[in-house]
Order: sequence, then structure tokens, then C-alpha cells
Amino acid sequence: MTAALGGAGPRGAGAQALMAWLLLLPAAVLLAAFTYVPALGSALASLYSTPHGARPARFVGLDNYAAMAADPVFWRALQNSVVYAAGTVPLAIGLALAMALLVNGSAPGRGLLRTAFFLPTVLPMIAVANIWLFFFTQDYGLVDQLLGLAGVPPRNWLGGPHTVLGCMMAVAVWKEAGFFMIFYLAALQTIPPNLREAAAIDGDRRFYVFRRVTLPLLMPTTVFVAVNALINAFRLVDHVIVMTNGGPDNASNLLLYYVYEVAFKFWDTSYAAALTLVLLVILATLAFTQFAVLDRRTHCR
Amino acid sequence: MRAAALPAARRAAGLVPSLEALGAWLLGLVWALPLLYSLWTAFHPAAYETHFTLGAPVTLANFAAARQAAPFARYLFNTALLISFILAGQMVVSTLAAFAFARFTFRGRTLAFYAVLLQLMILPEALMVENYRTVAALGLVDTIPAIGLPYLASGFGIFLLRQAFLTVPRELDDAARVEGAGPLGLLWRVYLPVSRATLVAYGLVSVSYHWNNLLWPLIVTNSVGTRPITVGLLIFASPDQGVSWALVAASSLMSAAPLLVGFLLFQRAFVQSFMRAGIK
Repeated sequence: MTAALGGAGPRGAGAQALMAWLLLLPAAVLLAAFTYVPALGSALASLYSTPHGARPARFVGLDNYAAMAADPVFWRALQNSVVYAAGTVPLAIGLALAMALLVNGSAPGRGLLRTAFFLPTVLPMIAVANIWLFFFTQDYGLVDQLLGLAGVPPRNWLGGPHTVLGCMMAVAVWKEAGFFMIFYLAALQTIPPNLREAAAIDGDRRFYVFRRVTLPLLMPTTVFVAVNALINAFRLVDHVIVMTNGGPDNASNLLLYYVYEVAFKFWDTSYAAALTLVLLVILATLAFTQFAVLDRRTHCR
Repeated sequence: MRAAALPAARRAAGLVPSLEALGAWLLGLVWALPLLYSLWTAFHPAAYETHFTLGAPVTLANFAAARQAAPFARYLFNTALLISFILAGQMVVSTLAAFAFARFTFRGRTLAFYAVLLQLMILPEALMVENYRTVAALGLVDTIPAIGLPYLASGFGIFLLRQAFLTVPRELDDAARVEGAGPLGLLWRVYLPVSRATLVAYGLVSVSYHWNNLLWPLIVTNSVGTRPITVGLLIFASPDQGVSWALVAASSLMSAAPLLVGFLLFQRAFVQSFMRAGIK
């Protein structure tokens, strides 16, 4: 193939295309095998029953989806996922922006601060989830000890159906905010410094400049971070596996975790396929939002 | 009027940063607390896990006990194998595909590129049921390749490298071709050296993602010989095992240590790599 393309002269369009597709071949095969075919396979499998022993899978139409509509655990997991996303995304973004502004200034020790903020990004979630598990332990965990100083009675944070999802969200925000800070830091460095100097003249103008100048300039970054955070909100379940297994009574069950549970704990693969499809529809919707955003970003340049 | 306003403004400016600094350090403390706490617990006897005094004796016994209790060295070795496999595969697959998108014109290019971008959003984890079926059909359950295969064709990597390749000036390209370089020679001698920074960025992001990945490896592995460190740690330190917090902290630190030390040593490169990976 190098013989056909080795020359310096103009090449045939056919040879170009052939070479391009040869280069794409490994990626195409792998993407087909582990993304496209499985996605279609999930759609197909969701229309069949789960085979049990000698009883083979049979076509059941939309029965799995009817079962889903009647499954309170599915609705609970979906609701939890939405609450989880709605809670963690704005909080992580707000904190990330605050961190970037704090670290971007000339405060002493900002290198140390940046390290602290970024640390969770390189720590395995499973390792830190173990530590958070301890923090949330009733009575002698760190949370109860600190709150105890303020006179707040101890409570079973991870065992309480009303507190457990909040704990999961706190861990997720802690894990993600520093990562998103990096994008804001990069964006802040492209803002001309004389704008910051103008902002430093006096207190009132400081906030005004931030709201009217800095924030709008950071808008593309915010959109980019928001979509990523949203996708992460449906992906990040490691700490649920470590800390609660979705409990108590599914109070911290999230959609991706429920797929895992149904498929690999209850071995109901057909129902898991139907759940997968719901997750795929959500992710695809977010994906197309991202495409539109990326498109606009490239046009802006 | 102006003379009176200035000192007030200065005072306000001096006050605001100090409040700001207080908030900043408080936030930083909360963010570092899990690591600080696990350092404390791991290096002290179990009796001091909720008891903080300066006089607490320092010990390495927890690390020794954790190593006795579970084959962490083997798990770390498995993770190293896994990371090498994924990194090598991703680099080859992404580089070739990105080169095709950046340097060749062919019918269906835009459509193919959108198909690649789709993978960026449809996470391999979402497809775990069908991917497990595929891996089982290939007879690869409980092997290192099984953990890595779904991640080799990475939409993120292809997108990132294509962006880097697009910035290579055509003159460099033409010069190499005049010297008789074929397409692969061109890729190897011109495009890859020019894009070294992006390759490093992609490599670092990929390593820290797969070092920390849990769900898919948990599904496809079931023996000590293949489990990466994350799965090993989950099995060792799950709360119903009755393992002491000191051991949990020690083993957690061991699992994070290689990445953590690397990060602290090469912090600047690390942070800049993540920035590059995010922006380009």
C-alpha cells in the first residue's frame, strides 16, 4: 500500500479513501464490537424474555418495558438519578469556579491549595469511598464528631433513607469539583489581566466586573463542564457500590447501579437490557446536546 | 471626596482577600481531609483512629498486616499490566484513526467522525450486559484483555489526537513526502513528534481513569490472577468483612500510592495535561 501512496505527486482519490479506511479499520472493528452492536443488541434483547435453564428466550414484545413501568425500584432509581444530577451538577460547577478564582489569584500558598483541590481526581474512588464511609459512621465518625461539637445529635447518615443520597452527592461533588476547576483555570488564563486589575480597584466594582465580564467570558467553559458533569452524574456509581449497595431500601440506588444489580446480581439480562436502553436514550440526548455545544464552540473560534 | 474614598476602598480590598483566604483554606482542608485522615489512621495503631494526639506512636504495622491479608502486590501488578495493555492499544488505534480523519479526504468522513464522537458519550459501562456477552463468547472472561477491550477504541482519544494533527502545517507534510515518506512514515516522523504533548496528556488522563476504574473490571474478573487493585481493594475492605479502619486506610493508601506519588512529583505536567485534554 505504501507503493501506491509513496510518491510526491497527486494521488488518486480512490487510493486515498482506501488508505483512510485501512487506518480506520481497527477503530471501526472495536467500536462496532463494543459500542454499536451492543447498543443494538440491548434493544433487541429487551424484546425477549430471559432464558432460564432449559427454557429458551422467547419474543415478548414490550413486556419488559411494561414491567419497568410497574417497577417501583426503577422509578426510585430514575428519580434518585435525576435528583443526584440536579444536585451535584450545579454544586460541582459553582465550587469549581470558586476554586479556580481562589487559586488563580496571587494568594500565598495557592500551589498547595490547587494540589488539595485536584487530589480527589487522582485518588481511586474506591479508596476514598472507604474513607468517607468512615467519616459518615454513626457516633465516632468524623462528621458526627464535628457536628457533636456544635451540639448536633449523632445520626446514621448512610442508614437513613433521607440522608443517604445527600451523602452520595457530597462525595461525588468532592470527587469532581477539582477536576472541573482545571477547565475554569485554563479559561481564566485567557482573560486579559487588565480586566482583573480593573476589578481590583474597589470592592463594588469587583463583583460587578465578575458578573458582567468574567462570568460571560467563562460561559463556553461552563457549558462544556455542565454537559460533562451531567454525563458523569449518570456514570459515577463506584461509591454506591462501596458505601451502600443502593440501600437502605433503594434510597441511594442510581440507574447505572440498578442495571448492574439486575444484570449481575439478579441475572435478569432481558430486563437489564430494557433498563440499559433507557440509560442509552438519556445519554444519547445529553450527547446530542454536547454535539450542538461543541459545534457552536468551534464556530466561535 | 476621592481622597476619602480611597483609603476605605483599600481597607475593603484588604479585608475581602483575608475573608477569601479563610474560605479558601477551609475549603482546601475539607478537600484534603480524606487523604490526611487516611495517612493518620494508616500510620498509627488502631487505638488512635479516632483519637488525635501528637504523641501517638508511628507504625508501619498496618501496611504489613494489609499485605499479609490480601495479595496487593499481585493486584498492583495486574493493574500495571492492564494499564500497559490499554495504553498501547489506545495509542495505536486512536493515532491511526485520528490520522485518517485529519489528513485524508474520503466519502463518509463526517458521518464516520460523528459515529466516533457518539462513543464519547455512550459509556462502555452502560453497555455492560451486552459487552459481557461478547467477552464471554470470545472466551475471555476473567482475563486482562477482557477488561481492556471495550476501552481500546476511545472516541475521546481519536477526537483529541485529530485536533492535534489538524494543527500540523501542510509544509512539514509536503517536505517529508518529497523525501519519499509514505503515509505511515509521515505519521511516524512528522505527526507523532509534533503532537508529543497531546499524546502525553491523553496518556496521563487514560492512566488515571483506568487505574481508578471499578465497575467493569468488577464484572469481568473473578480471580486473584486478573483482578486489578480497585477490585482487590473492594473485596478486601468491604464493610461486612470486619476489617479494621487502620487496615482499610493502609490498603487504600497502597492502592492509590503509585498514582499519588506520580502526581505529587509531576504535578505541573499533570495539571497542564488535564487542561490540554479538556480544552483542545
